[in-house]
Amino acid sequence: MKKLIAAAGLAAATMLSSGSAALAQGKTITLCWAAWDPANALVELSKDFTAKTGINMKFEFVPWPNFADRMLNELNSKGRLCDLMIGDSQWIGGSAENKHYVKLNDFFAKEGIKIGDFLPTTVDAYSTWPKGTNNYYALPAMGDAMGWTYRKDWFARPALQAEFRQKHGRDLAPPKTWTELKQVAEFFQGREIDGKKVFGAAIPTERGSEGITMGATAALYPFGFRYENPQRPYQMQGFVNSADAIEGLEFYKSLFKCCTPPGYTNGYMQEGLDAFKSGQVALQMNWFAFFPGLFKDPNVGGDKIGFFVNPSQKTEGSTLGGQGISVISYSQNQAEALSYIKWFADAEVQKKWWALGGYSCHRAVLGDPNFAKTAPFAADFLKAMGNVRDFWQEPSYAQLLQAMQRRLHDYVIADKGTAKEALDGLVQDWTKVFKEDGKN
Amino acid sequence: MSAVNSAHSVVEPSGQAKLVASVLVAFYALVSLIPLVWIGLTSVKTPTDSISYPPKVIPYVHFQPSIEGYCNLFSTRSRQTPEYLRSLPPPQGACEEITRSRNMVVVGPSNYVPRYINSLIIAFGSTFLSIVLGTAAAYAFSRFKVPLKDDLMFFILSTRMMPPIAVAIPIFLMYRELGLSDTRLGMILLYTSVNVSLAVWLLKGFIDEIPREYEEAAMIDGYTRLQAFWKVVLPQAVTGIVATAIFCLIFAWNEYAFAVLLTSGAAQTAPPFIPIIIGEGGQDWPAVAAGTALFLIPILVFTVLLRKHLLRGITFGAVRK
Amino acid sequence: MNARSDSEGPARNVANMTPDRVARTVRGLSDKAIAWLFIGPTMLLLLAINLFPLIWTIQLSFTNYRANRPNAPILNIGLDHYRAILTDPDIWLRMQATAHFVFWTIALQTIIGFALAYLVDRKFRGHGFWTTLILVPMMLSPAVVGNFWTFLYQPQIGLFNYIVGFFANVPPGSFKMLGDVTLSPWAIIIVDTWMWTPYVMLICLAGLRSIPDYIYEAAEVDRASNWRQFISITLPMCMPFIMLAVLFRGIENFKMFDMVNLLTSGGPGSTTELASITLKRAAFEAWRTGYSSAFAIILFVAVFGLANIYVKTLNKVKAR
Repeated sequence: MKKLIAAAGLAAATMLSSGSAALAQGKTITLCWAAWDPANALVELSKDFTAKTGINMKFEFVPWPNFADRMLNELNSKGRLCDLMIGDSQWIGGSAENKHYVKLNDFFAKEGIKIGDFLPTTVDAYSTWPKGTNNYYALPAMGDAMGWTYRKDWFARPALQAEFRQKHGRDLAPPKTWTELKQVAEFFQGREIDGKKVFGAAIPTERGSEGITMGATAALYPFGFRYENPQRPYQMQGFVNSADAIEGLEFYKSLFKCCTPPGYTNGYMQEGLDAFKSGQVALQMNWFAFFPGLFKDPNVGGDKIGFFVNPSQKTEGSTLGGQGISVISYSQNQAEALSYIKWFADAEVQKKWWALGGYSCHRAVLGDPNFAKTAPFAADFLKAMGNVRDFWQEPSYAQLLQAMQRRLHDYVIADKGTAKEALDGLVQDWTKVFKEDGKN
Repeated sequence: MSAVNSAHSVVEPSGQAKLVASVLVAFYALVSLIPLVWIGLTSVKTPTDSISYPPKVIPYVHFQPSIEGYCNLFSTRSRQTPEYLRSLPPPQGACEEITRSRNMVVVGPSNYVPRYINSLIIAFGSTFLSIVLGTAAAYAFSRFKVPLKDDLMFFILSTRMMPPIAVAIPIFLMYRELGLSDTRLGMILLYTSVNVSLAVWLLKGFIDEIPREYEEAAMIDGYTRLQAFWKVVLPQAVTGIVATAIFCLIFAWNEYAFAVLLTSGAAQTAPPFIPIIIGEGGQDWPAVAAGTALFLIPILVFTVLLRKHLLRGITFGAVRK
Repeated sequence: MNARSDSEGPARNVANMTPDRVARTVRGLSDKAIAWLFIGPTMLLLLAINLFPLIWTIQLSFTNYRANRPNAPILNIGLDHYRAILTDPDIWLRMQATAHFVFWTIALQTIIGFALAYLVDRKFRGHGFWTTLILVPMMLSPAVVGNFWTFLYQPQIGLFNYIVGFFANVPPGSFKMLGDVTLSPWAIIIVDTWMWTPYVMLICLAGLRSIPDYIYEAAEVDRASNWRQFISITLPMCMPFIMLAVLFRGIENFKMFDMVNLLTSGGPGSTTELASITLKRAAFEAWRTGYSSAFAIILFVAVFGLANIYVKTLNKVKAR
């Protein structure tokens, strides 16, 4: 098997080098992505591409809170800044329908890139539009889901273990359910550890972009929240605001109230990382994408950090993150951009991608029987990718997201109204958006 | 002359009143400068020092100054495993050494320098255009009978009353059609259109103050109107032009709303970029502070140069002194 | 500031030394032609980049156009957007937030700014130096500096919380300026006041200095008390200047976007979501171009209308 992959890689590499003769050497293409650890790892990885093809790479990274705004603005203005875009999963609908992304089917066929080499969930989430069809607008680039980190060193302290066991009659261990998670968070909240007051959990509460939605849905999915009637698309009444969903949202608020650091009212990825790295919190909900960096952290990494998959409650579910890589249709360097995708799809490159800290979606990486042992979070990542669910990927996703951000933040952070009112309001908002789109 | 420096001789306040006033004013000035001092101090701290509690205030006493903020401002870094780091060639230069000591590797330059250059080009470009257009228009409004003069002047002023976001909507659509999105030319034209109203109003005031007799005398000597404008009026108006130019420059330098909505990279200026400088975790405050400090320094210099004209500039010449 | 006092000599000298190529090529143009030549380009630019877009915005406001759906059919929907906006209780909440912000920033800036101007006008030694220092904050980029204030406002590590906590003797982490529903509207007011009080001060100072000495001297002769002089001379004579400062600050803060966007981006919830932020969300995040155009026009009319009413009042005050 391994030999076969190596051979395939070699073949691909030779094909690439012969193919690149037609490409302008010394040309520069720009890749756009979010500014975060994996992006910096990609810069490191891409040096190989430049070495191989002579095509220089430029990068435009925008931090997550501004990423969607800035890049969708760029796409909608038909900008030529980006030749390649690693765009968020929810953009695919709009970007495909408005032809911002180049459709890649022909290219895949011509270059012998087998989309089947990538994990089906990731292909479905990052590449296709409309969902369930074989129209590909991206190659899965970065798998991701919401997961959790915890302070393994604190959990291991015998005194804490004993106290927790006495209180809850079980080991102080990574929680399996949300109820357990709250117990653990409550246990740590306000506790003094090594002379410093620590808090329970850092969970997303951010208002401006997508933070609180991504955080709250991590609780909502396991509690039984659904976006729509599985039998009748866009029918949301009784699903979005079901009793289960209300319970889940109330639970998320109670977790925010009981167990977050003071002033944690606008926190998302960065704030979560800061809280965890500065030793303020015992638990942190964040994207798997950050876990390689956290594991390498000199202060809280290594033995001190542990990882677990999003807890279940009534069912299992994780919030999907992650992105595919696409070629921008307004780019004047499409040939070079495509050659980058071809290079990136190669199994060997994908392996190095994973080694440097990117989450490959390639079967050669994920399907390797030793994969789970390559990193302490690898097994959890596979598990999470098995039960992920994503926000709407509709062309109107930004409007749908805005509505959810507002309803959730008003209820959870600003203490306005009840969970039922928040979700009822959300159904109203969403119905209005879909009505305007002529979908209902 | 200027509101700031000149004093007039009302009944002289008592010595005691002066003392109280000077203490209060100095106190306000010092308190209001704390945030700026903090920007400077934060820029020379390590990330750990910058977020320590209680805050570290005095360099060399509370904390060791470090250039890490400035290093991080200019570079992109990636955290890697010790094994990977060992496989790399040894670090070169102080910045790379600091980065390596944090278990990271410099993967390339950051975008701060290109953004700063964009700021320079766009600010100076639009200022130049505004001054050329503004001086000409101001001269015409000042010296000639222009039909509907007051209406035109008011129209020029009213363009400043639109919220920038409201202006940005059609500009976005227009630039998309014209291919001016995210281009320096587009931003220069846009900032010029905003600045030209200030320039016309201010320069008209300055030119009004130059006696017409100068040009008239020159024209009697055989100069044409344009020669008189070029050789007599312009040299007289130089102070006013410079002051106006600095105001235009400051506006274009500081502008955020248009820049954040209409540029994404190629023509993006520093203001929308600085807030998104982030480190590995959250905002890398020393790097943000370093970027902010480098960005503010030109303005601090200009403020001192401009202090005599400030009043006029910020009120569109509505208040003259 | 100008060379009015110069004799004609130097000006003439300069004129003689300046190369006159430019002037010669268009020698003999009539004044009228020159006037149009000089005003034309500016007007053209303003028509292209201000007036034309405004008209376009008005036109778009009657449609359901979305800038992110170039292929969707554009329908004329008349006044629907206007009706929807003006009857939307959420929009009125945003307007209230804006009004709260505008009112309190103006109130605080006027009081502090006037007080500072009054103090500076005591003409103590070095007042020029201190005045220049005070002016610095208003010259800076609201976005760049506003962004740094988020750091100062951090509950655990922020300098603002530390200093306030130190003097109020409460733990700095016990209050969160940006995350608290009651505090966040004040957090943005504090930053705006910090930044723009110097502006009001400067205008008030011009006002104070415009009061002729003889009025005070006459008051002294009448043995009017200091307080009486302040109430019956200083304040009324300064009033047109104060009102001008209020006008400029009012217009600016009604349009406020950059600083607040970076400080709170409208949060927590929608507590500090000012009109411009709502507009930005509708226009550039939800891409409801038609709707946001209508909202933009409503805002423009509001600013324009209020400013006009205000200027009329101002003129009456001036005439007194």
